[in-house]
Amino acid sequence: MNFDLTSDQKMLQDQVRKFADTELAPVAPEIDQSAEFPWENIKKMAKLGLLGVVVPEKYGGSEFDFVSLAIAIEEISRVCASTGVIVAVNNSLTTYPILQFGNEDQKNKFLPPLCSGEKIGAFGLTEPNAGSDVVAMEATARPEGDHYVLNGTKRFITNGGEAGIFVVFAYTNKELKHKGISAFVVERDTPGFTLGKHEDLMGIRATANCELIFEDTKIPKENLLGNEGDGFKICMNTLDVSRIDIGAQAVGIAQAALNEAIKYSKERKAFGQPICNFQMIQSMFAEMATEIQAARLLVYYAGYCKDKGMPRFSRESAMCKYYASSIAVDVARKSLQIHGGYGYTKDYTVERLYRDAKILELYEGTSEVQKIVIARDLTK
Amino acid sequence: MELIVCIKRVPQTAEAEVKIDDSGKDIVKDRLTFDMNEADSYALEEAILLKEKFGGAITAVSLGTAEAEDTLRIALAKGADNAIRIKAEEFGELDGYKTAMIIKEAIKDLKFDAIFTGCMATDDSYYQVGPVLAETLGVPHATLVSKIELTDKKVHVNRELEGGLIEHLEMSLPAVFAVQTGINEPRYASLIAIRRAAAKEIKVLGKDDIASEPKLNSTLEELFVPPVGKRAEFLTGTADEVSARTAEIIKEKGLI
Repeated sequence: MNFDLTSDQKMLQDQVRKFADTELAPVAPEIDQSAEFPWENIKKMAKLGLLGVVVPEKYGGSEFDFVSLAIAIEEISRVCASTGVIVAVNNSLTTYPILQFGNEDQKNKFLPPLCSGEKIGAFGLTEPNAGSDVVAMEATARPEGDHYVLNGTKRFITNGGEAGIFVVFAYTNKELKHKGISAFVVERDTPGFTLGKHEDLMGIRATANCELIFEDTKIPKENLLGNEGDGFKICMNTLDVSRIDIGAQAVGIAQAALNEAIKYSKERKAFGQPICNFQMIQSMFAEMATEIQAARLLVYYAGYCKDKGMPRFSRESAMCKYYASSIAVDVARKSLQIHGGYGYTKDYTVERLYRDAKILELYEGTSEVQKIVIARDLTK
Repeated sequence: MELIVCIKRVPQTAEAEVKIDDSGKDIVKDRLTFDMNEADSYALEEAILLKEKFGGAITAVSLGTAEAEDTLRIALAKGADNAIRIKAEEFGELDGYKTAMIIKEAIKDLKFDAIFTGCMATDDSYYQVGPVLAETLGVPHATLVSKIELTDKKVHVNRELEGGLIEHLEMSLPAVFAVQTGINEPRYASLIAIRRAAAKEIKVLGKDDIASEPKLNSTLEELFVPPVGKRAEFLTGTADEVSARTAEIIKEKGLI
């Protein structure tokens, strides 16, 4: 048993923390308000190797492990939740499925631009009428000659408005239900692929969340990931990995909320003394800090399971995502409560953290879906 | 160019609540975070910039405990080629002079064109390592260095003085530069560089590798937090109230 980070993980944490505090933190409030996609910072992160953390060096990545990726996402999300999820989506929802399920040509073609920041990635799964119920998706991909003809609409796609490379899911055979779903790599400039509604989100506002519309979009056959019908498996495998990063994002947001609350409570006086002296505030601090530490350990453990090569770690991944997102929402709420009325204004960071936290319980599988995954694994 | 950079791992005390430990000579470090001394990170960057321009190699040296190897690895990840840790745990109490003399003993057989140090360490603020190294190695030095330019084997150096003045010096190499913060923009190490640095060997030297043990120049008697003075009076209220009270005090004290 060893709780210490490795030498390279410690260095990564140190450098990403400094980078986040110096480069990302100053623009986080601005991009929250403007909802502007932070391309400049994405280019800087590409230079550091943060866009392809687990991708092998030969495809332009940094070749680190999944615990390291989680550490990086946590540090980035601590100062900017938008940037945190942009990076998480590029790493675990785009480069990962291509790396894991793509053939050599696909890896050589799509991974280098995703690692270099030349293009950013997105994941097209959710539809207007299919979220938790993946099988209810309506998008179809009909084989025709040397390509597939893709039709359908994808909704709430993080990075969607700015991405250049998309992993998109559609039925190649609807009768087979989940076994008839296939996964494709779709490039932004493909004719018949347009952007729909840009979402005006409550939190993580700088993530170019956008609708994708496919109308007779011709996808070359060589862009099929794996085989026809592998889509559901690819999707579930990918989400097992990406949920670790959403857990990490939650830990980062929660840590920021606690830090802000402690800072404020030492400065704010009531009844003749700093409010951090009051037991009700202290009780909240004890709960918040304990929950954050527990969530962090669950996240690292899920990453460790993946790194160790466990064939199935859906339960561990769902546990960390479910727990970390739920405590993040609660920690942000308590932090705002400690701030009192000031926390309800945009002058204080906690107002943004409170809005950013809520998405954690909704995307990449709602908390209810995580519970289903955990419970089914326990009872199967 | 052969370049040496002296690096110290120091506790981060700027935003922490610092307490004195039971010995009365040190601070409680349990919950503090540690990092490369700020000025040293600028010294390192300056050496890397010179190496990038003129080629050569950088050796990073730290007198520190085993944890200082983490800090040396960051230096390796950023661009140093070799790293040496001198076991601080074997040398007992240290002051600026003794630190410099131990480092001097450790590097005296290395070839160098320039040695870079931070102008000061944030934990003991002796400002001594650079000047003592230079004097005992018999080479020129400049402190509070805010710019270095190398042309035709001459070095042009700016020193940052009080009152916004800048002193411009011409020096020859080899030399020691004690670098001021803000001289450059220290880079971040890329993940690939970090991974490579993690596998690099760090040379470790102990007391037996140092020819003679340098002596202290001063002995630490006590470390303490000064008592809060009672001379300051904070005035509160509206601007009018505060200014009226200020005027009263000035009159009361017979200042006007």
